[in-house]
Amino acid sequence: MRAALLQGSDAIAQAAIVAGCRFFAGYPMMPFTDLLECMARRLPAVDGVCINAESEIAGVNMTLGAAAAGARAGTGSCGQGIALMQETVAEAALNEVPFVLFNMARGQQDYFQATRGGGWGDYRTITLAPRDVVEAVEHTQLLFHLADKHRAPVCLYGDYLIAHTHMSVAIDAVDHGPLPAKDWALDGSLGGTGRSRQVWTWAMGKANAPGPEPDGHWRHIAAKFEAIAQVEARHEARHTDDAEAVVVSFGTTAPFVDHVVDELRSEGVRIGSFRPVSLWPFPAAALEAATAHASSVLVYEINAGQMIDDVRLSVTDRSVVRGIGGVSVDESGMRQGSLLGVAAIRQRIRRALDLEA
Amino acid sequence: MTTVPTSHPPTVPATKVAGTRAPLQLSEEHHLCPGCGHPVAWRILLEVISELGLAQRAIGVVGHGCYTNIVRLADIDFLQCLHGRAPAVATGVKRVQREAAVFTLQGDGDMASEGLAEVLHAAARAERITCIMLNNGVFGDTGGQMTAATLIGQRTKTSVEGRDPDRHGYPVPVADLVSRLAGTAYVARGAVNNAGSVAQTKRYLRRAFELQMQGAGFTFVEILTMCPTGWFVPTAEGPGYLVDVFEKVYPVGELDERS
Repeated sequence: MRAALLQGSDAIAQAAIVAGCRFFAGYPMMPFTDLLECMARRLPAVDGVCINAESEIAGVNMTLGAAAAGARAGTGSCGQGIALMQETVAEAALNEVPFVLFNMARGQQDYFQATRGGGWGDYRTITLAPRDVVEAVEHTQLLFHLADKHRAPVCLYGDYLIAHTHMSVAIDAVDHGPLPAKDWALDGSLGGTGRSRQVWTWAMGKANAPGPEPDGHWRHIAAKFEAIAQVEARHEARHTDDAEAVVVSFGTTAPFVDHVVDELRSEGVRIGSFRPVSLWPFPAAALEAATAHASSVLVYEINAGQMIDDVRLSVTDRSVVRGIGGVSVDESGMRQGSLLGVAAIRQRIRRALDLEA
Repeated sequence: MTTVPTSHPPTVPATKVAGTRAPLQLSEEHHLCPGCGHPVAWRILLEVISELGLAQRAIGVVGHGCYTNIVRLADIDFLQCLHGRAPAVATGVKRVQREAAVFTLQGDGDMASEGLAEVLHAAARAERITCIMLNNGVFGDTGGQMTAATLIGQRTKTSVEGRDPDRHGYPVPVADLVSRLAGTAYVARGAVNNAGSVAQTKRYLRRAFELQMQGAGFTFVEILTMCPTGWFVPTAEGPGYLVDVFEKVYPVGELDERS
């Protein structure tokens, strides 16, 4: 299609439908609300279903059911609502039901929630954090592919900037390659044949075909996420080859940081920037390489310090890692405050590098 | 293959009975207590699915309780889901597999306590599913604690002197609540305490599945089942206790039908 000027939420909705999403369920909560409205408007036209659920808990469980029945399915909220969904996200990770969770967050305070999760069990959640609407469209399609490829729930960490910003974007179906058949999905057709199906976190199997049971199944799940960690890390590094200082940021904060880093570069400062595109798996090896010559690693995140844990685990003790972001919320409590701005970022980087008092 | 009669305590040697395997049943081995009503409910459920020709269209969504083991024992597709959420999960399943016979199997702890919102909203949305609640008034699987459906005066491990309205509130009659909602096509409450009630409850299940497949709306069958272990009554007295105590508060019969 030709590029069109679209609101981010609508662009994501269209990208999801182009990717084959035919079921969506959610509960309104700003800034996720627009995505729910767009899905409610667009899904019926493709014989899809969008349910305005009675709660986030019901919404994510409807999505699990639709996905277990073979559909590409999605749900979402902002971090506050996704907190309610954590039990089901963990359940889907453990019973291997793939769907896409859209966190249209109010800010960057959901990093721990996205990367550590709040459910029980040895699971992780593939999480992509786009920098803008165009990348959110790419990630949406990629996430539906990754969910099916790995049979796991996956997460798009967007935010209000992506949800509400209009950008010119073309939404064309992207072929991410072949996927295994969904022969595990429930359709009832094998009942009475001795080969009926089962989706069960405990994987007990059938009386005529015992499953691996929890010990075997949960080892398999843990090994699967270990394998995913080796192959699905994504990142973007800029000016890091000779950088003495590297600034790490994620999501929509990164373009602001990149702008400041470009400015400082033009002023002769040997500084680079690094952005984990996947928050989990965190691109640890790439960050270690990108900071090989850096004596200073600065983490700019708009929270009290969450991603900095992963940065420290990645660069070990070769560089001094310092958090230079912080909690910053506007008067509504629903958007980020003054720390999301070029002036604040420039000042904090320059102070950290002793370029100003 | 052995079975233990449930009409009296197992003081006599077990009797070998032929031909007890229900349709779609993969094994006679189960972990349920002597005198439990759940295996009877399982059996009539599987008979109805089989007799209506739905074996290769049925998808069960099962909550957490003693009955969960049907997921292992029956030869139909199953999704074992989180506690209380089965009607929401079944909603997603049915909206995608529109020709399937989708049902939930839940206990009163699962449905009336943990998941009351999900079942009421599924009914209000007129989801074309059949929700089945096995009601024994206790959390059997965890050893006999009070649920939202526990009767006034009923002894449980968390109401040892009997459920007291002043301290524990009143039971939630899920079937009655569901019958008030416009999306509901059929509501019935049966029991499995004797041959007559088993036959009657089987007819209720059959009607619920028939109406589901006709697209009439949400269908609901509550089945009163014995839990002598959780009730602290002798096994042989379970069926009588069910009639004398449970059916006084939860009368059996068809509460509603709109086709």
